[in-house]
This record gives sequence, structure tokens and C-alpha cells, in this order.
Amino acid sequence: MSDPVLVLRNISHRYEESGWSLHVPLLEIKKAEFVGIIGPNGAGKSTLLQIAAGVLRPDGGAVLLNGRSLSSTARKSAARTLGFLPQELTSSSDYSVEDIARMGRYPYLKGLGGLSGADENAVDRSLALTDLMDFRRRRLSQLSGGERKRAFLASVLAQEPEIMLLDEPTGALDIHRQVQFFRLLRELADGRMGIVVVTHDLNLASLFSDRLVLLSGGRPVRSGPPAEVLRSPVLAEVYGRGIFVGTHPQVNKPIVLPDQGGGAA
Amino acid sequence: MKKTVLLYAFLFMAVFVAAPWIGPERVALHHVSDFLKGISSPEGNIFWLQRLPRVLLGLLSGGALAVVGAAFQVLFRNPLVEPFTLGVSGGASLGAFTAIAVPSLWIGWGPFSSLQLFAVTGAFLSLFLIYRLARRRGGVSVTTLLLAGVTISIICGGGILLLTYLAHPNALVIFQRWMMGGIDVIGYREMISLLPLLLPGLAMIGWHARALNHIALGEGMALGQGVDVPRVQRDIFIGGGLATASVVSLVGPIGFVGLIVPHAVRRLSGYDQRTVVIGSFCLGGSALAACDALARTLLAPTELPVGIITALVGGPIFIHLLIRRLGK
Repeated sequence: MSDPVLVLRNISHRYEESGWSLHVPLLEIKKAEFVGIIGPNGAGKSTLLQIAAGVLRPDGGAVLLNGRSLSSTARKSAARTLGFLPQELTSSSDYSVEDIARMGRYPYLKGLGGLSGADENAVDRSLALTDLMDFRRRRLSQLSGGERKRAFLASVLAQEPEIMLLDEPTGALDIHRQVQFFRLLRELADGRMGIVVVTHDLNLASLFSDRLVLLSGGRPVRSGPPAEVLRSPVLAEVYGRGIFVGTHPQVNKPIVLPDQGGGAA
Repeated sequence: MKKTVLLYAFLFMAVFVAAPWIGPERVALHHVSDFLKGISSPEGNIFWLQRLPRVLLGLLSGGALAVVGAAFQVLFRNPLVEPFTLGVSGGASLGAFTAIAVPSLWIGWGPFSSLQLFAVTGAFLSLFLIYRLARRRGGVSVTTLLLAGVTISIICGGGILLLTYLAHPNALVIFQRWMMGGIDVIGYREMISLLPLLLPGLAMIGWHARALNHIALGEGMALGQGVDVPRVQRDIFIGGGLATASVVSLVGPIGFVGLIVPHAVRRLSGYDQRTVVIGSFCLGGSALAACDALARTLLAPTELPVGIITALVGGPIFIHLLIRRLGK
């Protein structure tokens, strides 16, 4: 196995207003690995992801990117290794799909110079991957929610990162688009990119992830392959009772359903 | 997109060449060329020493206000923000009024008049206060900047009311005239005094124009793509503050240019901030210099304060833009 690209060690972060805190002893992400971060609302999933992305600076602990501290790595250089797709994707400017994808090349640009041929090729690849080639001239205001998400994803892909962090990328998408989105992420992981997805959808997480990290109350509760994490007693402890865990009829992976008449309090 | 930039530049040059010829006194070509040969005439003096510096000042101030407005609207993710939203003009106005109301404080230094010095000081004090209030770990809070700016404006408004109540009526007239805004300068001294603050301010914004595109996508997205967001926010705030303070201290709070010109440019040539910044400078400068040409001819020989023209001409244009947008 290769060395981890991204390492979070003894991370702690505290929100003064609420007193809520996050503590994560160790999280390692390797290339070609698909990691799902799951947990109930307020578990700290987004906070953890933002710290991993360098968007939020933790109170304590170290974030290492290829062995070097992320906070002392130049932002542009970090962005060539680490891509981040935030949960909230709203643009105050009505850019075209192509404009947004091209912005992903920012970490490779120097001064006020423009995009090179190699940059344009990377943009074309990212538009092809996200199936947006025919939409490249469309403006954000002319896109559906799913297309807009893909446009932002294309921008992050144009960074050509080794690790990509995504915060609830499939919220508000229909089931077909959700599956399509995760399938694309899986393909990227199979193509050597490390993928970390924060998601509420335990079934998608189960079907596509190599490894799940279950958070609760700012602490990692369980980590491992989906079959080890998605078990009734574990989920009952975190989400409360009322969750039925079965097996997908086509593949040998756990699926999660509401329990018939269970006491989900 | 590049075509429209050329169009803006052409308009800018056209106004620069045409505007000095416009005014209540007729100036002939030979007056202008005679001046260069050392033959002095009243008309030649009017062209070279009154109108030309005035046109240049209009181009510079209008351009600067529009650029700052364009940058602030993206930074604060708010299309209603203009250069004065951040309390800079409140501080400058209070400073200017203090200089007018208390003549015993009159000081002049180098090319700067006392009024200008007080206005700049007022603008800087308010900028400094707002910045201190909004500073947080690893940058500034954009929301707090906006709130602090509006609050400081209100406090300065209170100070102005107090001075209005206490001041001599003559001072009131001078101050009210200052508030209307005007670029009625004579000679090049004032314009040159503007440059040391204005140029670095504009350069800071121009340098970050590309990064502003990313900030429009949201802070998280911009950070993830390698943009040093805290630094960009700080630089735009300081650069915009410097530019606005230098303009306001000289020509007064001329409204509307900084609000509507960026919107017009975005409608005409899209959202790439590099185009918007250049376009706003050219269009804002042209608009203010043209409005000033109107200001000195409409009621000639009486001059109108240019702030009245920008509001009366700019307002309807803005409404027109809005209606067209709603109609789409």
C-alpha cells in the first residue's frame, strides 16, 4: 500500500458559542481510496472535512499533506494536491460552465497570465468527465441543480488533485443523479484519485465506499469497511433505534432501511 | 469579451479628447495650439489650466469609484454595495465639515488643502476603526465589515448633525455645497495630490481581479482552489478604502457612479472581474467627466454640482437596467 497523502493527527476544534468540540485522533487518506464520512446532524462531518481541506484551521493537531504541514504549505501548491467541493455552491456571478471549469486552473497560473494549452486540455478533460461538454457555454442560471453541481465538480477536477474532498455533493439530487454522481466518484477513485465524501445517504456510502468513518458528537465512533460500520447495534448507538440493516440483493453490501414500527425516538 | 474592453477604452479616450472643448466659453483650435507655443490667451488658459485638469480629475475619480464599487459588490456578495457603504464617506464628510466649521484649525500641507487633509484623516479613522472591529483570526469578517461600516456612517452622521446645529450659517452653506460633490478644480495640483493614495489602491484591486472571480463562487470554493481569501479580502478593503478616501476628500461624495457603472459593465460584457475592473474604470471615468461637462454647460454661466447630475442621469439609467432585467 502507498503512503497516505493526507493525514489528520490529534485534530481538535471547538466552537466557542456552543461549546461543541471535535476530536479526531487519526484520519489517513490514501490515493485510490474512497472514504465515506457519515454520522447524524451535528456530528462534525463538515467541520472535519473543512479542516482536512485547509478551509478551517483547527485549534490543535496537525494536518499533513504529503508529509508537510498544510498550514505552512502555500495555498496554490496545496490546491494542486487537494480539491474541495463545499456543501454550499452559490455563485453571486452568472458564469458559464466553461468559466467555472477554467477557474480550477488557478493553482497552476502565475501572476496575471492566461491559461496555457495544457490548462485548456485539463479543462476539457474535466468537462468530459462530468458530461458537460455540450453545456460548456451555458450560464449557471440556465442549469438545473444537478448540472450546477457538476459544473462546480468540473472546476475542482480541473485542479487535477490527488485527493478530492466533497461535502454532501448529492443533496437535493434525484436518485438517478445521486447514483450517477457516486459512480463517477468511484471511477475517479479507481483511477488513483483519493475520494472523501461527507454524506447523509448511508446506502450510497455503503455501496461505493472502501471505508466508512462514523462520527457522532464530534468523535469518530467506528471506522472500517461498510460491513463493519453499518451494523444495527452500532447505528442504534449513534442514530437511535428504528434502523433496520439488511443486505443488498445484488451485491454483498449492507443497506439501511427504516425499521417497521421501530421506536425511532 | 476583449472587444468590449477596446470599446470602453475608445469611449474613455473620446471623452478625454472631446470634454475639454465643452463649456460656457468657446475655445478655438488656435487658442489651444498657441498656448503650446507660449502665446497666452484667456481661452487657451481655460482649456489647458481649467478644463483639461478638470476632465482628467473626472476621469480618474469616476473610474476609481466605479472600480471600487465593482470590487466591493463581489467581495460583499451584495449588488447594492457602493464605495461609500463602508463608512469612508461618512468619516470624510465629518472631517471636511470639521475643517469648514472650525476655521481656526486650518492647516495646509504641500499640495493638500486643509479641507482635503481633514477629509482624508476622517476617512482613514473610520476605515481603521471598521477594520479593527472586523478583524478576526486569519483575516476579516466580511459581514462585520459591512455592519461596522454602516454603523460608523450613522455615528458620523450624528457628528455632522451636531456640527450643523452648532456651526455658523456660512459654514453650513460651504459644507452643503461640498456634500453635493464637484470637480471644479483649477490647475493640476489637486489631481497630483490624489495620486499617491489612488494609484496603490487601484493597483491592489487590479492585482486581485482574478481572485475576485473565485470569491464570487464562495469563500470555501475559493480557498479550495488556492486563493488566499483572507489576504484578498484585506487588500481589497484597504485598497478600496485608500482609493475612495482620496477621491472623496477631493471631490466630495459623488454618488451613483460606483453603484451603477459596475452593473452596466457586467450586463454589457459578462462577469469576468478582470474585464469588469477595466471596463468600470473606463466607463466610470467617462461617465463622470461627461456628467461634469453637462454640469458646467446646462445652466451656464452658473455651474451645477456634478453630484446632482450623476444622480439625475444615473438614476433613470439604473431603473432602465432593472426593468430590462425584470422583463427578461
